[in-house]
Amino acid sequence: MDESYLKYSERKYGQDHNFYDWEMVKDRPKLQWDNGTKLAICFIIPLEFFPLNPDEKPFQHPGAMKTPYPDLRHFTVRDYGNRVGVYRIMETLDKAGVKGSFAVNAEIAKRYPPLIDAVIAQTHEIVAQGLSTDSIHHEGLSEAEELARIQKTVQSFSNAPLGWLSPSRNQSSRTLSLLAKAAFEYCLDWEMNQSPQIARTDIGEISLLPNSYELSDFTLLHMRGQTEESWLSQIKSAMDLLVDEYDRFGSQMLGLTLTPYVIGQPFRIWALKALLAHIKDMDGVEVFKTGRINKQFRAQI
Amino acid sequence: MHADPNLYDYWPYVGRPKIEWPGGKKLAFWIAPNIEFYEFMPPNNPKRQPWPGATPNVQQYSQRDFGNRVGHLRLMELLDKYNLRGSVSLNVALCNHHPEIIEDCVKRDWEFFSHGIYNTRYSYGLTPEQEQAVLKDSIQTVEKASGQRIRGYLAPALTHTEATLDLIAENDFWYSCDLFQDDQPQPLKTKTGKLVSMPYSLEVNDVITYSVMGFDPERYTNMLKRHFDQLLLEGERSGTVMCIPLHAYLVAQPHRIRPFEEALKHICAHQDDVWFATGKEIAKHFIDNYWEQSIADIKARGVMTGGTGFNPVVRGL
Repeated sequence: MDESYLKYSERKYGQDHNFYDWEMVKDRPKLQWDNGTKLAICFIIPLEFFPLNPDEKPFQHPGAMKTPYPDLRHFTVRDYGNRVGVYRIMETLDKAGVKGSFAVNAEIAKRYPPLIDAVIAQTHEIVAQGLSTDSIHHEGLSEAEELARIQKTVQSFSNAPLGWLSPSRNQSSRTLSLLAKAAFEYCLDWEMNQSPQIARTDIGEISLLPNSYELSDFTLLHMRGQTEESWLSQIKSAMDLLVDEYDRFGSQMLGLTLTPYVIGQPFRIWALKALLAHIKDMDGVEVFKTGRINKQFRAQI
Repeated sequence: MHADPNLYDYWPYVGRPKIEWPGGKKLAFWIAPNIEFYEFMPPNNPKRQPWPGATPNVQQYSQRDFGNRVGHLRLMELLDKYNLRGSVSLNVALCNHHPEIIEDCVKRDWEFFSHGIYNTRYSYGLTPEQEQAVLKDSIQTVEKASGQRIRGYLAPALTHTEATLDLIAENDFWYSCDLFQDDQPQPLKTKTGKLVSMPYSLEVNDVITYSVMGFDPERYTNMLKRHFDQLLLEGERSGTVMCIPLHAYLVAQPHRIRPFEEALKHICAHQDDVWFATGKEIAKHFIDNYWEQSIADIKARGVMTGGTGFNPVVRGL
């Protein structure tokens, strides 16, 4: 190896980047959500377009086509979510009187306006999720290319969303700065805390709202093949613990992904109904839209 | 290469005009045993090798052969018990290799649809003329063996070309099981004919649950019951379709067939609400009664893209 491989330029106290400072959970200021809420749950519902002919740069995105072109099988299994599964999820949320945050690819906004209209009509929140699943933000893009993708995404919505989720949750080291430049107020890619965190950029600040990879329906049910019973019971355990931690750490949050082609399947939707019933029964737990959390967070710092 | 196949238009699941199945039933249930022949020494397709590992693969080959020698009989007798007719997803070369199985199906008045010639011969790389020959072969082989004119298609091993759906429509097929975007039938945008996208419920296919997801039999039974219950509930608003696509080499294993019976028992306890049908019967009912109303409603949603499959309207030129 070249000698440079054993040079450690960032080897010093604290983080190895400047977006935020090193701070342990016990030292963070306690936050308090509305109505004495000890734990806020945010449902993040991805509305994604999976192209039949992906570039797969710099990697194959989760849920991408798997068999040779034309992979009608995976294209249509994913599209099921946008046509059928998402409406099942919306009906279930609506019956429980709960609002979610829908992370939308620009391609979906362009192709399926009735879906976006339905999300807005039910007063859910729209979060931008890049151009498509295959439009991954990465270090190999020039700043101009990446900014153009962000701007083009914003332009595909009638009202500019305040929140951003990156396709594959992948960022370049410039993404946060470019998001701030495009007037985004919060981002759902980072999850190093159990409550929101400010990130600094050369342009300005942006909030980072945690989003649980380990409790996502995509991770547990789709990738790892766990049962719906297990998904439900793991979320319940997390809720119990986070409520118990309230006295020590203040109000916390849990970002939970509900993937239309996963939890929106006929054989799985019962688990979401059961989860919403459980949340309703629990003291101190409330479902928040991501924008509402961010506002309350910003008002307290 | 296209980003979007453009084989169907966007059609939100809510607010669709009501479908009612014959007798006012809410859910059309069909069961699709795949009766397949996997070759011992198939030729290689440059896009996909026929067997995992190396060819031949004796464990995999003989497990498929178990389906033909043991499994189908077990499954047929189970379906007899519940008075269910199968819609057979057939590798048509099986008519040549194992005509006894075809006779068993004919005796039971089961329907056949084509699942290609062999499950080890893929559509990748076929010219339209070659794919046309596969379709003609399918039609003629099944007609000769059973007297039936096939009306449904599921491409072998779910392998396609851009021409597949246009070709099956051109050959007067009524339904395709190749697309999984919905729990209700929908008109497909082929150049000619009236081709229905028939829900084939891939997620509850035993290959997916057993071979891909690694379920145990009890979990599969629970899944089938829940899938059925939810679609029956929604069928009240507008008729839904549930298919159970099966493979005897998996579901008819000795440790799985009895737990599977529990799912059938649950479904068959709803005789008043469920139309037990075959693929062709569902497709015909949809074409005769709901084709026009579906197209009108899709049009009213304002998001028709025009063109046909893999042949979009190019705007602005």
